[in-house]
Amino acid sequence: MRSVWALAAMATLSVLTASTATLAGEPKQGGILRMYHRDSPANASILEGATYSINVPFMGVFNNLLIYDQHIAQNSPDTLRPDLAESWSWSSDNKKLTFKLRQGVKWHDGKPFTSADVKCSFDLLMGKSQQKLRQNPRKAWYSEVNEVTTNGEFEVTFDLKRPQPSLLAMLASGYTPVYPCHVSPADMRTHPIGTGPFKFVEFKANESIKLTRNPDYWKKGLPYLDGIEYTIITNRSTAILAFVAGKFDMTFPTHITIPLLKDIKSQAPNATCVVEPTNVSTNIIVNSSSAPFDNIDIRRAMALALDRKAFVDILFEGQGDIGGTMLPPPQGIWGMPKDRLETIPGYGRDINANREEAKKLMQKAGYGPDKHLAVKVSTRNIAEYRDPAVILIDQLKSIYIDGELDVVETANWFPKVARKDYMLGLNLTGNSVDDPDQSFYENYSCGSERNYTNYCNKEIEKLFDVQSQETDIKKRRPLVWDIDKKLQEDVARPIIFHARAGTCWHPYVKGVTIMSNSSYNGFRYEDVWLDK
Amino acid sequence: MFAYLVRRLFLMLVTLFGISVVIFFLLRIVPGNIVDILFAAAGYVDPADKANLEKELGIDRPLIVQYWHWIGGFLRGDFGYSYVSEKPALQEILPRIPITAKLAGLALLFSASIGIPLGVISAVKQGTKLDYALRVVSLSGLSLPSFWLGLLILTASVAMFGQMPIFNPNPKTWLEAFATYAVPAAAVGFRSAALTMRITRSSMLEVLRQDYIRTARAKGASEAAVNYHHALKNAILPVITVIGIEAAFLIGGLIVTETVFNIPGVARFLVEAIRWRDYPIVQNLVMFIAVVVVFANFTVDMLYAVFDPRIRYTD
Repeated sequence: MRSVWALAAMATLSVLTASTATLAGEPKQGGILRMYHRDSPANASILEGATYSINVPFMGVFNNLLIYDQHIAQNSPDTLRPDLAESWSWSSDNKKLTFKLRQGVKWHDGKPFTSADVKCSFDLLMGKSQQKLRQNPRKAWYSEVNEVTTNGEFEVTFDLKRPQPSLLAMLASGYTPVYPCHVSPADMRTHPIGTGPFKFVEFKANESIKLTRNPDYWKKGLPYLDGIEYTIITNRSTAILAFVAGKFDMTFPTHITIPLLKDIKSQAPNATCVVEPTNVSTNIIVNSSSAPFDNIDIRRAMALALDRKAFVDILFEGQGDIGGTMLPPPQGIWGMPKDRLETIPGYGRDINANREEAKKLMQKAGYGPDKHLAVKVSTRNIAEYRDPAVILIDQLKSIYIDGELDVVETANWFPKVARKDYMLGLNLTGNSVDDPDQSFYENYSCGSERNYTNYCNKEIEKLFDVQSQETDIKKRRPLVWDIDKKLQEDVARPIIFHARAGTCWHPYVKGVTIMSNSSYNGFRYEDVWLDK
Repeated sequence: MFAYLVRRLFLMLVTLFGISVVIFFLLRIVPGNIVDILFAAAGYVDPADKANLEKELGIDRPLIVQYWHWIGGFLRGDFGYSYVSEKPALQEILPRIPITAKLAGLALLFSASIGIPLGVISAVKQGTKLDYALRVVSLSGLSLPSFWLGLLILTASVAMFGQMPIFNPNPKTWLEAFATYAVPAAAVGFRSAALTMRITRSSMLEVLRQDYIRTARAKGASEAAVNYHHALKNAILPVITVIGIEAAFLIGGLIVTETVFNIPGVARFLVEAIRWRDYPIVQNLVMFIAVVVVFANFTVDMLYAVFDPRIRYTD
């Protein structure tokens, strides 16, 4: 009898323990997530911006048609999830993409969301609407879209000139929120209205950004947080000290450099920190329209002189990635495998052999130990640009190139690049989605506004279109690798490395996932919660 | 005295006009404008979009037209709109002024209340261990850059107390409000205090050797009366001059201190506005600072007359 009671007591205890454990893991409602922001964004309009300084605080104000799963670090076609669209389908010829829209969704000002808003947003992006965005950096993303048509209040169709499966990737980016028709682009810059989990409260330039919970959010029970407050702290040391002192629950995403991460871990050992690739490549832009880099031998010699591992070791204590245009695997889904990468000139492991070959090319071009080539290496006056430029200059010395650092203020950087007033430039290129279309067309197609070097190869451009229309990812991948290899061999924009950066949060912050192949898509924060 | 006042006021107006011209044209000489920066941030340049934006902001017009538009607005109290936030410039500038004013005021107070007494003590105790110690402290104040001192204070606070004296925009008590400003004010005021102390010391040493000080002592005046009533009153003129100049120099220190302590004052805001080439903010803010500095100098000149009856501002 006694043993029966004992068994019953044990059973009750285990049930209680199990239920308590479940409760402890269940998300809690409430609390303000406090984060610092690395700088003061120009405005609050994601569609007009091209920096994640805007995406991070304002992505939670909006919804997209579809979105990358916010809890899977690697964005891929398999992690696309419905958002304002309940479902989507392609026509049999893959030239029409139809979205069925969610009903009962309201904008933060109470007006209903309909298909007209979707059409307005994309007409705005394609430059077809009467109202204009002050800046439209991603207009090229929609160059294959003929028009967007509505089919009643809750259906829209994207009519394409040709199949483009990558369109879904671009629509899922944090850069592609749906804007309301009834709010002007100017108002969206100062007081954004969205359908998202958080409502905009205020943005004080150089001070703070505040969001509050949207109680009418169409996902019932979300968000868990009562709000998010970003304090703008431009001084990185102050920001990190404030995080360590507990003034903030989380650092600004991917803002912590590898050396600083050690400081944080030593001062706040309980903090959770992750290091992920940012999908921002550091590369060299070469002015091949004038001497001396109009000579392909000199361009190739320069590419051969690069010791990429040295860059990664010095700047990231070994925690960076070497690859081509596309982010290398395993985080990147389109990057070349290592064995294939190493067949590209300059990527081989024997740096000395590469440099000997480079020296021969330089001598062929008329330079040598007694006659060095003097070049200016221009770059923006920001540490992320300046530091690798200094290493580059050092490495170029090994092949008779004497580099001189030419530091350019941000305001003058793009005008300088646009008027081709440089020889070599050290540049950073951020990819908002890990997708070949976004990267190839934006950076390497003839006439693209972001193709700073004006590299133009019609043969390769045809290959861009071939890969772009391929719907089978397994068939598309080798096509992308071939293009990437050709771009590196052409020294179109030699990629030096792909950066990694850290993000930290205190252990009571739950539900945060840092994306591993994009820095632009993971800031909805609707199911982030505080275990306090 | 009245004629002098009128002449000084007229000179002030001429100075301010000159400053307005210099600010306006210097800003335009600096390469790049807000439109360049916006496109740099967007990573592309579209000539048509760029031209539209320049037209929208009015920076495509001839410089002289832009100048008259600004100065006319300034005189009418219309300060224009920030290019970045698109809010009225005044709305952006005004809330930040009291923050910097409190910080600057407290820093000057720190500078005077620490620097003058310690300078007097150092002079009176010349050649003693205390004098040497105070001179070392003042030298360190002059040597330590305020950004470094600020970071040191923050790091020490976190390491020792697990707390950080970072700006609190909504202090609940006056003590909290005082604490918000006291640490950064001390960081920025330390250099001024050191300078004030050194000037006070050297000025006091000179005065203490004067005949009338010996006479005062001979008449049986107490040491305190001699030092503070007779000597300090005569030694204070150069100190006031230095404090007046320091008030202007303080802006430079405040930029750094506001950045390190993350204080949303005008000094940091000004740097950000320059970075963005936000002309309406920079021009109006610099004009405001110029007015403050010109008036501060004017006040110092007037204080000379109060403290030194020998000075007569007559024609």
